[in-house]
Amino acid sequence: MGRRILLIEDEPHIAEAIRFFLARDGWTVATHDNGLDALEVIRAQEPHVLVLDVMLPGRSGYEILADLRADAGLARLPVLVLSARGQEGERARAEAAGASRFMAKPFANDAILAALRDMAGS
Amino acid sequence: MTPPRPPLFLARQSYRRRRMMDAARLWPLVGAFLFFLPILWHTAETPQPDTVWGGLYLFTAWTLLIAGALVLSRILSHSDTREQPGQMSEDEAPGPG
Amino acid sequence: MVPFKILVAVCLAYVCMLFMVAFAAERRAQRGQIGWLRSPLVYTLSLSIYCTAWTFYGAVGYAARSGLEFVTIYLGPTLVLVGWWWVLRKLVRIGRSQHVTSIADLISARYGKSNVLGVIVTLMSVVAATPYIALQLQSVTLSFGVFASGAPEGWATPDQGATTLWLAGGLTLFTILFGTRNLDANERHHGVVMAIALEAVVKLVALLAVGIFTVWSVAGGFVDVLARIDASPIADWPLAPGRWIGLTFVSAAAVLTLPRMFQVMVVENSDERHLATASWAFPLYLMLMSLFVIPIAVVGLQALPEGANPDLFVLTLPLTQGQGKLAMLAFLGGFSSATSMVIVAAIALATMVSNHVVTPLWLSLRRGGTRAPGDVRGLVLMSRRLSIAGILALGYGYYRLSGGGAALAAIGLISFVGAAQILPCLLGGIFWRGGTGTGAALGLGTGFLVWLYTLYLPSFGTGGLLSETLMTAGPWGIGWLRPQALLGIDTLDPLLHAIFWSLVLNTAGYVLGSLATFPGPVERMQGVAFVNVFDHDPVARGWSRGGAEAEDLLAMSQGILGAEEAQQFFQREAEAQGKAGFLPETTPDFIERLERRLGGAVGAATAHAMIAQFAVGAVVSAQDLMAVASEAQQILEYSTQLEAKSDELARTARQLTEANDKLTELSVQKDAFLSQISHELRTPMTSIRAFSEILMDRDLASDMQQKYAGIIHDETIRLTRLLDDLLDLSVLENRKMKLNIKVANLHDLIDRAVRSASNIRPERDFAIRRDVSSEHMPVVTDTDRLVQVFINLVSNARKYCDAPRAEMTIHARQRKGGIIVDFIDNGSGIAGKAQTVVFEKFTRLTDTARAGGAGLGLAICREIMANLGGTIAYLPGQGGAAFRVTLPIRPGGRSDNADG
Repeated sequence: MGRRILLIEDEPHIAEAIRFFLARDGWTVATHDNGLDALEVIRAQEPHVLVLDVMLPGRSGYEILADLRADAGLARLPVLVLSARGQEGERARAEAAGASRFMAKPFANDAILAALRDMAGS
Repeated sequence: MTPPRPPLFLARQSYRRRRMMDAARLWPLVGAFLFFLPILWHTAETPQPDTVWGGLYLFTAWTLLIAGALVLSRILSHSDTREQPGQMSEDEAPGPG
Repeated sequence: MVPFKILVAVCLAYVCMLFMVAFAAERRAQRGQIGWLRSPLVYTLSLSIYCTAWTFYGAVGYAARSGLEFVTIYLGPTLVLVGWWWVLRKLVRIGRSQHVTSIADLISARYGKSNVLGVIVTLMSVVAATPYIALQLQSVTLSFGVFASGAPEGWATPDQGATTLWLAGGLTLFTILFGTRNLDANERHHGVVMAIALEAVVKLVALLAVGIFTVWSVAGGFVDVLARIDASPIADWPLAPGRWIGLTFVSAAAVLTLPRMFQVMVVENSDERHLATASWAFPLYLMLMSLFVIPIAVVGLQALPEGANPDLFVLTLPLTQGQGKLAMLAFLGGFSSATSMVIVAAIALATMVSNHVVTPLWLSLRRGGTRAPGDVRGLVLMSRRLSIAGILALGYGYYRLSGGGAALAAIGLISFVGAAQILPCLLGGIFWRGGTGTGAALGLGTGFLVWLYTLYLPSFGTGGLLSETLMTAGPWGIGWLRPQALLGIDTLDPLLHAIFWSLVLNTAGYVLGSLATFPGPVERMQGVAFVNVFDHDPVARGWSRGGAEAEDLLAMSQGILGAEEAQQFFQREAEAQGKAGFLPETTPDFIERLERRLGGAVGAATAHAMIAQFAVGAVVSAQDLMAVASEAQQILEYSTQLEAKSDELARTARQLTEANDKLTELSVQKDAFLSQISHELRTPMTSIRAFSEILMDRDLASDMQQKYAGIIHDETIRLTRLLDDLLDLSVLENRKMKLNIKVANLHDLIDRAVRSASNIRPERDFAIRRDVSSEHMPVVTDTDRLVQVFINLVSNARKYCDAPRAEMTIHARQRKGGIIVDFIDNGSGIAGKAQTVVFEKFTRLTDTARAGGAGLGLAICREIMANLGGTIAYLPGQGGAAFRVTLPIRPGGRSDNADG
C-alpha cells in the first residue's frame, strides 16, 4: 500500500490524467471534484499529500487552504496547489496562503511526480 | 579699511526728518505758548504802561516763530524731494542710537 | 492835496492795470506758460486777501481804541500757518485729491456728498459774508469821502451811494470776467490770483510806507514813537485773557473756514510745497502789516483833531501832513484790500451758490432732462455770473440798508465767528472718521442759530432787529434766554459769550449727532478717504456698474466742460486704455475720474448726481456703491473667489478620483477577464498536455490509448470553440460584424435552432411547446446570427433546466415596430441577483453541468442582438428561466444599448 494522496480537481479530464500517472507511480489516489465539502473529505481520507486546484466550484482552493492551516491536525499537511490562472503573483499568493508547492497549469507530469515525491519524503 | 554704510546714513536721514516733522507739529504750540504768555503778566492790574513792552515782546516772539517756521519748512520741503511724506510711518524708525 | 478828479483817474488806471495783469496771466496760463504765475510767492501773496480793508484801515482804528488787542486777528492765522503740518497740509491734500471747489463742497463731499450740507454751509457763508462785503464797500466809499471832503465845493460832492454802486458794479464786472472765464476742473483762476497778488504787494507797500512816514517823519524816530506810545491813551494794556484767547482762536478758525480763504489756500493751490513757503512767509506778511499799526494809531491820535475817525488814520494822517501822493498810495492800498477781498469772496461764494443751490435745483426741476444736457455748461456759467452779481448786490443792499453806520465796524469779528461755525465739522471731518452728516448738520445748524441769536441780530443795535425788552429781559420774559446772557451768564463780553456758546453747542451737536447716528455707506467711504488721505492716494471708488454709455457721458461732459475739453479728456482716457481713436470703456476708474473732473466744474454732489443718472440709468443707491467699494466686499469677493476655486479644485479632485476609480475598476475588470481567459484556455491545454505525455508511454494499453486520444480530441475542440467564441465576441463588441441580411420565415429559423440544439444532452427528455401558426412571419435580418442566438437559448435550457420534466415554451409575436420571441423553460430560473450578470462574460451560474461552455454564450447573444438592432433580456417572474428576444422588423440602425 503506497502513500495516500488526495486530488481535489473539478475538471474531470485533468483529474483523470493526474490520477493515472500517480497511480502508475505507486500512489494511492483519491479524487474529489468540488470545494464545498473538501475539508470533510480531507479529514476523512487523511492523505499524506494533498493536490489542490484553485478554481473549484463552491469554495476556492485558497479558502480551503486557509482552513487547513488553521486546523491543528492538518496544519502540517503538504499541499501542492495547481492553478490555471497563469498570472504573476499567483505563486506568491499560493505560498502566502500556506501552499507547500505551487504549479501552474498546464504542467509536466514528471514535475508533479517529482514534487510530490519530494513533499512526501520530507 | 571701512566700507561705506549707506543704510545707516539713510536711517539717520529719515530719523532726522521724522524729528523735524515732530518739531513742525510742536511749533504752533510753542507759538501759542509765546502768544498767550502775556496773560500771566496781569497787565491790566499793573500800574505802569505795558503796551510798549508788550508790543516789543509780541513782535519779537512773532519774529522768532517765523524764523523757526522758515527753518522747518526749508528742511521739510528739502527732504520732501527725496521722500514722500505719506510713506513715513510714525515713530518706529530705527534710530542710530 | 490830490484833486478828486486825479484820484478817480488814478483809481481807474489802477483798475485797468489789474485787468491787464489778470488778462495777461490768463493768456500765459492758456499757453501753458504757468511758470512764476504759480510760484510759492504768488501763493503766499494771494493769501493776503485775509487782510481786507477792515484790517487795512480798521486795524489802526482798533488799536486806537483797544491797544494791542488788534494783533490777535493776526496771531490766529499765524498759528494756523505755522502749524500747517497739522491741518493745512491735510486740507490741501484732500482738496486736491477730491477736486474740492469750495468749503461747502468739502463739507458736502466729506459727509457722503450730501447736498443738504452744501446748502447749509453755502447759506451760512453768504449770511456771514454779506455784511463783510458791505464793510469793504463802505471802507472804499469812506476813503473816497475823505478825499472829497477836502476838495473844493462844487465839483466834488460825491454821492456816496453812487460811488458805492459804481464800485460794486466794477467789482462785479471784474469778478465775472476773470472769475468765470472757464469751468476748469481745478477751479483755478490764474488772472484773479495774479491780480490779488499784485494788490497784496500794493497794500503792504502802502501800509509800510505810511508807517515809515509816520515813525520817521511825523514822529522823531523809533525811540520817540515808543515814548509817544507810553504817553498815549493806549499806553496801558488791559489784557483780558478771555478775549485775547477767544479772538486768537476765532481768527485762527476763520482763516480755515472763510470761503475766500479756503478758495485761495486750498482751491487755488497748485502745489502742496507752496504751503511750506507760505507757512513762514504769510506770518511774516501779517507781521509786517501789523508792525506800524500802533505807531500810526498813537501818532494819529496825537496829530489829528479830536473826533477824527481812527479807522481812517492811514489815509488822513498823510493827508493832513500834506503828503498827497502817500495818501494816494494809502488809498490804493485800502482799495486793493477791499477789492481783492470782494473779488475772491464773490468767486468763492458764487461757486458755492451755483454748485450747491442753483445747479441741483435746476437738475431736480428738470429730472430726466439731464440726458440732453447740452447747455449745462452755459447754465453753470450763467448761474455763477448771476451769483456773483447777486452776492455783490446783497452786499450793496446791506450797505444801503444799514446806512453805513458804525454798526458795520464790528461786523468783521461777527463775520469771523459766523465762519468759525464750520470749524467743528471741518476738523471733525478730516480727523475723525466717526463724524456723520447728521451730526454735521446738527452742529452747523445749532452753531449758526446761536450765532444769529447771540451775535448777529444783536449787532444791529438795541431796537434794531431784536427789541430792547428781548435784549434785557429775554424772549417772553425768560431771563436765561437773553441773547447776550444765555443761562444767565452775563459776565462775559458779548462777543466772547457768542463765541463760547455757539462753538460749544455747535461742537456738542456735531459730536452727539455723530455718535447717535449711523453714517451712510458713501459717508463712511468718504470719511476714510478724508481722514486717511495720506495713507493711500486713490480715494474711494464709487462707480462700478458699466451701465453708462460712453457717448452719453461724452455728450453730458461736453455740456459741462465744453466740447473741446471734454473730447480731449475722453481721448486721453481712451489712449490710456489703449483704445486711441475710440471712446473709452466706461470702467469704474474712468467714471470716477470723470466724476472728479465734472465735480471740479459743478461740485462733487452735483457731479455725483449727474453721473448717477448715467451710470445705472437711475439714482444709484448708496448700498450699491458700498457693495462694490467697501473693503469688506472686496474681501468677501476675494474669499468667494477662493471658495469657488477650492470648490473647483475639489470637483477636479473628485473627477480625478472617479476617473482613477474607473481606471482601477477597468484594470480590475481587465485583470479578471485575462485571468478568466487564461483559466479557460489553460484548462483544456492542461488535459491535452497531461494526456499527451501519458500517450508518449509506449506501454500504454491500446484501449487506453484510444480513450486518451479521444479526450485530447475533445479538449482540442473545446479549445477551438473557446477561441472562436472569444474572437466572435471581440468582433461583436467592436460592432464590426458583417451582417448578411436575408429574408426568412421566423418559423423556419426557430425550427433550425431547435434542431441544432437537440444534440445537447440528447439523452434527456426535453419538450418544446410552440404555437406554430403564430410563428409565420417574415424577418429581415442576418438569419444565421439570429439562429445562433436561438440555439444558444434552447441549448442553455437543455443544459441547465432542472425540472424533472423539462420543457420549453417558445412564443413569437409581432408588435408595432418589432418582433418578440420569448423562450421560457420550467426550471427554477435564475436568482434575482444573478439576473443582472447573466449576460456578462464568463458567467457560469451552475457548476453541475460543465458541458463545455466558457460562460460566453449569453454575452455573445447580447452582442449579436445589439448588432442586429434588437435586444435580448431576461424576463423575471415567468416561472422559469425566460429570455425575450426583440428584433426590429427591418434592420435599422444598430442599437447601442448594449454596453459591450
